[in-house]
Formats: sequence, structure tokens, C-alpha cells
Amino acid sequence: MTLKLYIPKDAAAVACGADEAAAAIVKAAKKEKVKIDLVRNGSRGMLWLEPLLEVEGDDGVRYGFGPVEDDDISDLVKAGLFEKEPAKIKHKLAVGPVEEIPFFKKQTRLTFMRCGLADPVSLKDYKRMRGYKGLEKALAMEPIDIVDEVAKSGLRGRGGAGFPTGIKWKTVHDTPPQQKYIVCNADEGDSGTFADRMIMEGDPFVLIEGMTIAGIAVGATKGYIYLRSEYPHAQIALNTAIDAARRGGYLGEDVMGSGKAFELEVRMGAGAYVCGEETSLLESLEGKRGLVRAKPPLPAHVGLFGKPTIINNVLTLAAVPYIMDEGGQAYADYGMGRSRGTMPIQLAGNLKHGGLFETAFGITLGELVDEIGGGTLSGRPFKAVQVGGPLGAYFPRSHFDTPFDYEAFAKRDGLIGHAGVVVFDDTADMMAQARFAFEFCAVESCGKCTPCRIGSTRGLETLDKVKAGERAEANLAVVEDLCNTMKFGSLCALGGFTPYPVMSALTHFPEDFGRPPKKMSEAAE
Amino acid sequence: MGREPWSEPRTRQIVEEHAGLEGPLMPILHACVETFGCVPQEAVPVIAKELNLSRAEVHGVVTFYHDFRREPAGQHTLKMCRAEACQAMGCEDLVKRAEDRLGIKCGETSADGRVTLEPIYCLGLCATAPSAMIDGRVVGRLSEKKLDKLLKGAGA
Repeated sequence: MTLKLYIPKDAAAVACGADEAAAAIVKAAKKEKVKIDLVRNGSRGMLWLEPLLEVEGDDGVRYGFGPVEDDDISDLVKAGLFEKEPAKIKHKLAVGPVEEIPFFKKQTRLTFMRCGLADPVSLKDYKRMRGYKGLEKALAMEPIDIVDEVAKSGLRGRGGAGFPTGIKWKTVHDTPPQQKYIVCNADEGDSGTFADRMIMEGDPFVLIEGMTIAGIAVGATKGYIYLRSEYPHAQIALNTAIDAARRGGYLGEDVMGSGKAFELEVRMGAGAYVCGEETSLLESLEGKRGLVRAKPPLPAHVGLFGKPTIINNVLTLAAVPYIMDEGGQAYADYGMGRSRGTMPIQLAGNLKHGGLFETAFGITLGELVDEIGGGTLSGRPFKAVQVGGPLGAYFPRSHFDTPFDYEAFAKRDGLIGHAGVVVFDDTADMMAQARFAFEFCAVESCGKCTPCRIGSTRGLETLDKVKAGERAEANLAVVEDLCNTMKFGSLCALGGFTPYPVMSALTHFPEDFGRPPKKMSEAAE
Repeated sequence: MGREPWSEPRTRQIVEEHAGLEGPLMPILHACVETFGCVPQEAVPVIAKELNLSRAEVHGVVTFYHDFRREPAGQHTLKMCRAEACQAMGCEDLVKRAEDRLGIKCGETSADGRVTLEPIYCLGLCATAPSAMIDGRVVGRLSEKKLDKLLKGAGA
């Protein structure tokens, strides 16, 4: 039997030397005259182990070695890499059966169920692992029943706003028949988030299937994936998969012989963060400056080119095939409160075990940072964690009991956003982080509304005055006032949420702003 | 990145190639950057005329997006991530080191035209931070040693 090995083609693995390691394996196999089948899979999500080499034993169990670099290969060969008994290989990089690693085992993988298992752009592999079962069921249903099934799942927009997906779909479904669009927001610009990238690179068909189901449900025949230009690997994976789906009859004039049409196209962004905001994204797709639109009208009524449009995040659409295959209730059985299903959480920054952790809503922030993430990579004391990207709040350890849930985070003046979790150790200067939030907003503001355009620049200047010791207290009061104006006066989340990182830094880490530290009793609030 | 000298017929050809698309301006501008290394000022009126837009509209789009550079970059482009996850892993010290080595500030091109140093806000490699991208190739777990090697490879 040919020996089966896996090494990811995921950008994070490639960035850490996966291509070089793969080349070294092929070369070594040639030299040893061993027949191997080296699969370039998606990432398993345990990014501290990337590049993770997996060797499949006769029993089908995959044994891991990582992080593997090209100059580790000869050593691994000596240890028995090619001897078809991976369980017996004694090596310092051996991590045992990959699916037994606690980080992996503790997860509930619904959206990411296939990611990392096989060649991401093989339609055959996708179908072998229940791929296109959801679409098959959807095509046998009335469109409104598809919408109802999604509503029943309790799925909410995974991009950050958490709007119920079923309601959005229903709105577009109910508009009179005309050209309608499905737009996938793949402008994953938040620092600390990479789940969209991973699924697009690691299982692109699940997104394609999700978008096709959306098209069938609301009567849209054209879909666009608006992908950020920082993701060239995802672009290649998506285009390859779209071609394969088209050839296989899953896209085009006659989707799976149903007589219904759906076509897909990938469009590249151009480095503007604000284009992750849905209306700005639509403007950009139309070939305009990415200026935010005032709502109403909602994109569901007047969206792309003025037509009814579903605009959903990658993870929202990628959750749909599971929901259609297993039923909305099966998805809704996971989670807590009004946050149903699972969330692919991304653990990043100064963390020992960074990676993708998909789990039901309800896990606490402390479990994520201390247990799953293993604490700081630097080994220094934890200081702060920012959840939800550049517009998310910084939380101290006293907030570790917050469950991962839209409402629970909102109650503590934070947000889960796209579920990026970025950890900082005690070397972080929270005033510098607050300053960065204003600076980032000033650079990326589309300029349409005044609170965001002017507020961010004034905030930056005012914090610089505080730092210089210029009437610190009075200027901090100005910052607080500015934040209030931005929060309630901005058109979109960029200006509206920039106050979250600023105010949370100021509230929880006052000593970094020259204010007296919080008392223990307050810290526990 | 392409380094074809700018020409009007080539620009027209690019517009034509994208004529069938809905909302073709962004793909056209991307193709210009790929072909000419930037979107030169001279290209703006040509694109505007072909698409029946005003020059102001095209200019507005070109200047809105970071990717549509107005002048060609150096021979090599090093983009260093400066967003939060990379900050948590010390990217600012590395940016400073690159700036010192190249004798420029982030956002500039070295005097010999070899290296353009740019900030980038998130490559999505946040669990293997700090991250960078050199000439389209991604690099994770950036260290002083790795950075020096990249700069040396770029001839700086």
C-alpha cells in the first residue's frame, strides 16, 4: 500500500515552511525509493504545530509531527517516517494521533468538519464527506422551506453583527422575482481573525454550496465572493473549487439537474478595511469608493446594483450546508440563550496554543485563554485580551467568567465580533493600544460621517496630549466625550465601535493612562 | 508585479478585457497594477473615457484603496503586519529594525529602489505572529534572524 502523508497548503502553514517541508519529503521518498501519496490538505487548526505533518497508519489513524521544517525531514526518515508504522516513530516532534490532541478533541466541528481532512479542492473528496448533501435536500424543497429551516437553526450573522440569518433571507425571498444577488463578505480584515481564510483555503466547497443554497432559497442566480486582497491563497483555492463545481454540474445554468441557475465569481478587494462593512462592500463591488450607505434601505431590498441582495459573512454561509443536511434543529441544539450553534473561535496573539477552535456558544473566556490556549507564549503574566478584532473591547482577567455569547459580551461593553481572541502579556501598554484604535480608525475611515472621520483624528491627538502630560485629566474627559459621540453618532461599526477598545482600555487599565489603578473590589465587577 | 511601461493602447485593451463584467472598475484597476506596477495618472482619463465615467470618479476610486498605488514600488515589496495580534508578539520592534536597516520609514522605498517597506493590517496569520509578506510570499513567526535573511535576499 502506498504510504499516505499530509502537509497543509494553508497560508499559515506555508508561511512557516510547509512548501519547503513538502518538497523535502518528496525528495527523501525518491531517494529512499518509497512510494508516497502526499496530500496538501487544509489546516487542522492547531497552528502552533504548523507545519503539521500527518502520517496515516494502516488503521486509518493519522499521527502528527510538528512543527516540521525541511531540515527535520532527514531526521524523521531515520526515525522511520517511511516505515508505515507511524505509531512506533520516536521523535521529538511526534504529537501522537492528531484527533486525540485535547485542543482538537474538545471541539465541536460542524462548519469545519471537513477542514484538514483531505485535498480541499477535490470535488470527489468533498462529496465523499457528505458534501452537497445539503444542496441536494434544498433542491427537493420549496424555497420558503429552505428559509424556514435556516431560521429554525437560530443561525446569526457570523461577521459580527449577529443579525438573524433567517430573517435576512426571508426579506430577500419575499421581494418580487427579479435579478437578485448573493454576496459573500470575505473581507476578513479584523486582526486576530482567520477562520474565513482557513475555511476558504481548507474547504472552499462548503462556502460554494452554502451560497448556492442561498441562491436557490431566494431566487438569486448570481453570487459574488468579495475577497480581501491580502488572501491570495484563498483566491486560488476558491477559483479552483468554483471551476471544479462548474464542471461537476454544481454551478451554472442547471444546478444538479434542477433546471435552476446559479453562478459564482470571486472579486478582490483592494486593502480598504471599511469594505468589510456590508454597504461599503457593495459600493466597492459596484466599482465605487467604499463609502458606507445610510440604512434604510436595507441591502435586502436595495443591495448590489440596486437589487435585492443577501450579504452574509463566510462563516454564516459555510454553516448552511450542515443545517440543510442535518436539519435546523440539530444546529440549534448547540449553544446558549439566543446564540445558537457553534462558533469557530480564533485564538491568536501571545498565546501558547493559537489556532482555530470551533465550539458551541457558552464556553467562558477564561477557558479559552488559560485552558485551550495554554496561557501566554512568552510565559509572562497575562494582561489583556481583545475579543472581536480592532473594534472589540480589551478585557482583564476579572472578566474571564464571561461566556462566549453575543448578549453576555454586550452586557459587559464588549462584543464577540468575528470571534477573534488576541492575548497580550504584561508588556502591553494599554494607552498605546487605545491610541492605535483611534489611529486605525482615522486611516481606515471612509470619511462619510463626521463622528468617525473627525472623531478618530481628534481622539488620536487628544491621547497624545495625555501621554505628554498635558492637562491629562481634562483631556481624558474629552476622550470619553468623543467616544460617546462616535458610538452613538457614527453611520457604521467602524466609527461606532472604535470606542470599545478605547473605553475598555481606559476603564480596565486606568494606571496605563496615569490614573490610579482600580481597586480589587471594582476589578471584580 | 508587472513592469510593462504604461501605454494607452494597453490600458484600453485591459478595459476591453473586463468589459463584460458587472462593475468592472476594481478588476480593471487591479489589472493595471499587475501590468504596469501601478495606476499611473495618465491611465485615469483613458479608463474614465472607456467606461463613460468622469475622471473625478475614477480618481476617487484609485485614491480610496491602499492597493492602487500611484507610482511603482521598489524591486521588492516587504509588507509587515502591524495589527493587534502581531503587536502582541512584538512586531513594532521588527518594523523599527527593518526601517533602520533600509534607512527609510515604513511606507517608503529605499534610496536604491530595491525595497519598498509597507505596513499591512492583517494577513490572517494571527496565530503564527508576527507575520510579513515579501513579493507575495507569506512569512510567519518572523524573528530578527528571519527578517535579516529576507532583507538580505532582497539585496538590502
